[in-house]
Amino acid sequence: MNRLDGIRGGTPGQDHNARSIAALAANPACDRRAILDAAAIDKPLLMKRLRFDDRWGQSPFAIQRNQQFTDLVKANGAAHLLRLLRELLDLPIEEAGYVNLEDVGGHEGHLARHGHTRRVIKQTAEGLGRATILDRPLLRLDVAGAQVYLEPDVIAFQLGGMFHIVAIKSFAILDDQADTPKVSAAAREAAVYVHALRDVVGRDLVSHDVILVCPKDFTNAPTATTVDVRHQLVTLARQLSRLTRIDALLDRLPEGFSLDLETLSSGEIEAAVAAIPARYAPQCLSACELSHLCRKEAHLNEQVDALGRIVRDDLGGIESVTTALRVATPGEPVADDQAEIAERLRHVARIYDEAVA
Amino acid sequence: MSLLHSYVKVRARERGRALPRATVRHIHLAEAPMVFVPLRLAGEAAAPLAAMVGTDPLHPTLLVVPQPRNRDLRFQFLADLGAVLLPYIDRISRQVETVEAKTPFDRCLDAPQIVVPSAGGVEFTAKLGRSSRFRRTTGPYAVEPAVPMLGRWLTFLAEQSEFAGSSLMVAMTDLLTAHWVTGQSAPEDGDLAALLGWIDPPDGMTGPEAAALADDPLTPPAGPDTHPEFDRQELQKAIEHYDVTGSTDQVEQALHGQLRPTWDRMWQAIGLLAALKESPGATARWERDRVHVAMHRAWIDGGGLPQGKRDSAVAAAKRLARLEAAQQSFEATRAFDDPLVMAEYRADGVAFAGEVVAVDLTRRIVPPGGKREVPRPLVTIETSDPVRLGRGKKVRSPSRPRQSATITAISEKIITVQIDDGMGRGAQPAEGSVPGVGTVICYTELDPGESRRAPLPPREETPWTHGGPPPEYVPTDDDAMEPWS
Ligand code: SF4
Repeated sequence: MNRLDGIRGGTPGQDHNARSIAALAANPACDRRAILDAAAIDKPLLMKRLRFDDRWGQSPFAIQRNQQFTDLVKANGAAHLLRLLRELLDLPIEEAGYVNLEDVGGHEGHLARHGHTRRVIKQTAEGLGRATILDRPLLRLDVAGAQVYLEPDVIAFQLGGMFHIVAIKSFAILDDQADTPKVSAAAREAAVYVHALRDVVGRDLVSHDVILVCPKDFTNAPTATTVDVRHQLVTLARQLSRLTRIDALLDRLPEGFSLDLETLSSGEIEAAVAAIPARYAPQCLSACELSHLCRKEAHLNEQVDALGRIVRDDLGGIESVTTALRVATPGEPVADDQAEIAERLRHVARIYDEAVA
Repeated sequence: MSLLHSYVKVRARERGRALPRATVRHIHLAEAPMVFVPLRLAGEAAAPLAAMVGTDPLHPTLLVVPQPRNRDLRFQFLADLGAVLLPYIDRISRQVETVEAKTPFDRCLDAPQIVVPSAGGVEFTAKLGRSSRFRRTTGPYAVEPAVPMLGRWLTFLAEQSEFAGSSLMVAMTDLLTAHWVTGQSAPEDGDLAALLGWIDPPDGMTGPEAAALADDPLTPPAGPDTHPEFDRQELQKAIEHYDVTGSTDQVEQALHGQLRPTWDRMWQAIGLLAALKESPGATARWERDRVHVAMHRAWIDGGGLPQGKRDSAVAAAKRLARLEAAQQSFEATRAFDDPLVMAEYRADGVAFAGEVVAVDLTRRIVPPGGKREVPRPLVTIETSDPVRLGRGKKVRSPSRPRQSATITAISEKIITVQIDDGMGRGAQPAEGSVPGVGTVICYTELDPGESRRAPLPPREETPWTHGGPPPEYVPTDDDAMEPWS
């Protein structure tokens, strides 16, 4: 049993998926998240044990809608998708071959499915077979020493060209414009698949342009665009390499450190979490299941970070609310390196009071 | 944002209560604002689920789509919404006065004002407008006449809301954060319940305590998105109940429970804003809003087409320029109207205030390019503000907005400006036209500019919705029949 499994104890681990891996990049400087994720701690369960409200579920309506749309795009041997790819990638009609990689003759296990995906992809890359649309592939990625299986929607292959990750999403592209945060989230996720696919066939054969398939306007009709994920790939690679250096973080934890959610009391869980340094910032609220816990802790510690990046930057290195207010008060002693910000804060304090009066 | 804003945030955090960011109200509040709290179905671009709407805090109208996947029911919802909003808009926009000017123009006596909880509400309103304005009232897929008309007005209002300082369609969280500073971060301020908790907590509670209630599962979100747990546990069952029985009771009850708390908060917030005195700039901007409504009214009544899907490149560039001009003028006017807003600029060094310590009234120079000597008095001000303006900078003062001045000398704490105009025609500056020794005065590079003058954009910049160039988008049959799944 390695150290990470030891931390998780007997509690089943939380499976990673592309979304959770992509979310790693949201707060790269946070040790707490890095360790919890590397140890595959079930973060929603952790929050439940500490009696925090779970807001991370997806609406059943959203799940249904997504499923319906994905089914539609893939129906009849991915007929819709073929048409879109022909337009987008100049795929010649005769080269359109659909392969469902889920059929592995009874061996449903992840390992067997992944092996099958690898074989077909390699053959395709070597020019054997006529597969151009690979449905239900299963890729694998090493996350902090653990093998994570990933299921992209579709991989498209253009003969003589490159593999493309296809992401099918049910948010609409309205009058040729899509919601930016949703596109960014899809791009971060797709980058995880590109990264994993490059492990199989090498960098050069996998395009950094992913294909995003979405409903057009208010209809169900699919439309496709390419999204460049080079930037997301760089961030992801940095984050993954950080996780492989997780040992350095673990060395700083006390001997016998445990976060076994099934055996520890809620007080012990709280103490264990508190023992790992966090880096709470408001961006966590939309990216990490632990955010309400970390926010509470940050406010108890009067951390300026919790008020947002702008406030933190403006206060130039002052970390706590109390310090900021003390330094802003005339006559209070000030450290040398805070003399400049102190003077500016005293000035704004004075003009604010004048203007409010 | 400014250092001042960051400092006040820290102070609000420590105090446990929001602090003022403005001393006056920088938007106009209509006599009868129309509060509109829409909800949409999760996972859909623009499928309306419900709305609470009306001008009477005690008697909201609840509209629901009992089966949000049913297209006919969606259009019925829009027709019902039109039955509430259109009479309100019509009644107000049909009362028009003609303003005497070189080219006389029409202006509504009042204008409609739609208040939604958050920026997401504005965005959703724009999508509702887009999904309905091209519909036909005859032929295949005919809808009620109210539907396309509502679509055109919703589109107009949502477009206007992009212009800084317009009060026609406003997001409550934006209004509140423009007038108060909380001790929480910007994304948290986007939640109406949490924001209001900081500004006006219930008796006996601190701001953070009240804001924490917003995270409670029992506090419904202000929309347009619903809580996934609500969808799973209540809404899904209620919709199934409708599918089986045809009774809308359960759906209505469930959605009423989600909407009413937000509805009440909206009126609580309106009350807080109403308690602030309206700034002169807000009144002036409302006048322009009334002109825009009159133009749109005339456009519709004259048989004009609905707004296109996307602007042409030229129209988009012009629109961007107008948006930027509106933003600049709004920011400057706000600062001129409100010393607390000006303080943010002083903190950042683009404005300064202090006492006049010396005046040279007799100074006369030949201005560059001129022939005759003219009075150009110098005013010297002592300030403790960290000024970042340089020599030669044009500046203005809120207390004398029509007079321009130029910085001629600047050193630590001492700044000299030359007064450039507004001194009368005499050989000496007119009495009182130059600030005297001992006066406390503020100067800034900000210039409210255009907003003080022209009430209208120049003709060639007239938005195409109001009859100006470029060519109009002509809706096709496809637009009218566009499926809505
Ligand atoms: S919420 Fe907490 S654990 Fe998660 S990334 Fe932020 S600081 Fe780290």
